[in-house]
Amino acid sequence: MSGKVLTITSGKGGVGKSTSSANLALGLALSGKKVVTIDLDIGLRNLDMILGLENRIVYDVVNVVEKACKINQALIKDKRTDNLFLIAAAQTRDKSAVTSEQIIGLTNELKKDFDYVILDSPAGIESGFRNAMLPADEIIIVTTPEISAVRDADRVIGILESNDKTQVSLIINRINPTLVKKGDMMSKDDVLQVLSIPLIGVVPEDSNIVSYTNIGEPSVLHKDSNSGAAYKNIVKRILGEDVPFMEITEEKKGFLQSIINFFKE
Amino acid sequence: MFFDFFKKRKKTSATKAKERLQIILAHERAANKAPFLDDLRQDIIKVISKYVDIDPKTINVNLQKDNSMEVLEINIPIK
Ligand SMILES: Nc1ncnc2c1ncn2[C@@H]1O[C@H](COP(=O)(O)OP(=O)(O)O)[C@@H](O)[C@H]1O
Ligand SMILES: [Mg+2]
Repeated sequence: MSGKVLTITSGKGGVGKSTSSANLALGLALSGKKVVTIDLDIGLRNLDMILGLENRIVYDVVNVVEKACKINQALIKDKRTDNLFLIAAAQTRDKSAVTSEQIIGLTNELKKDFDYVILDSPAGIESGFRNAMLPADEIIIVTTPEISAVRDADRVIGILESNDKTQVSLIINRINPTLVKKGDMMSKDDVLQVLSIPLIGVVPEDSNIVSYTNIGEPSVLHKDSNSGAAYKNIVKRILGEDVPFMEITEEKKGFLQSIINFFKE
Repeated sequence: MFFDFFKKRKKTSATKAKERLQIILAHERAANKAPFLDDLRQDIIKVISKYVDIDPKTINVNLQKDNSMEVLEINIPIK
């Protein structure tokens, strides 16, 4: 088997890289793919909590690349599916503890056994980001519709271009339809006009994500979750399905509003 | 037109965000594609200042792509 390395990155911090990594990894695993996800935010371990696997960590990614343990010993199996494994970030080391050669070596090994190796990148454009980006076959950039996140995403797109990374797509996260309608938040189309890369998904602002993270159960595990539905669509697109983009809208419009919109066009 | 009258509202903050981004990113993309431009600009200011009186703020150094040709455009208004 030769799997794919899929890197989730962003430039700006706090835009939803780890949330996206957890949901896409779990979503792909629940679709029958063998998946391993690696938390590369060394020193700021996060993905383990989002996935609810923090109690099972014995070895981390630094232990693996330093050969203090075998790869198998650092693979933490998910509670819900046999298809998903996590390699945790080291919590007591920093970015300089790993090199890009080491991460490329590790992902090359993992590609033999897994369909997808999902790398959760740290924020920034320094060594931690490079370690996550260099091994990638495909890259998903996460942004929010905020001016600073979009600007940083553009910077990352430029760096990926100069590293000959061509398989790059965009998730716009935390779209709030009420704000978009008021004209106080850039829409999906606004963001796409600014950043010239293909869209792979739009994830709505979802106030339930806090509680999902509290209990270590990503959105895709919750049937009624709107962010979960968005992530499931992204999973299908990663798998090559042609899924139309859902318009994220507020609750149903009344008759009057429909007439007003008709005249606005 | 009657309908245009209603449409001409104040620019929304989202529109302003998009416009500001388009302007700043055009600059940043150019600067990142040719990182030497800033140094070149400094050097030009140094050399030209020896001979004529110029205002460094008004000097424009630009790398442009026209079809297949790249053009380095330098504008130096003299005081
Ligand atoms: N679609 C969303 N709706 C609401 N909150 C979100 C959404 N996506 C992410 N968040 C929240 O934003 C914060 C940062 O997310 P995280 O995935 O840790 O970002 P990053 O890994 O890019 O730093 C977290 O508190 C997370 O729960
Ligand atoms: Mg993170």
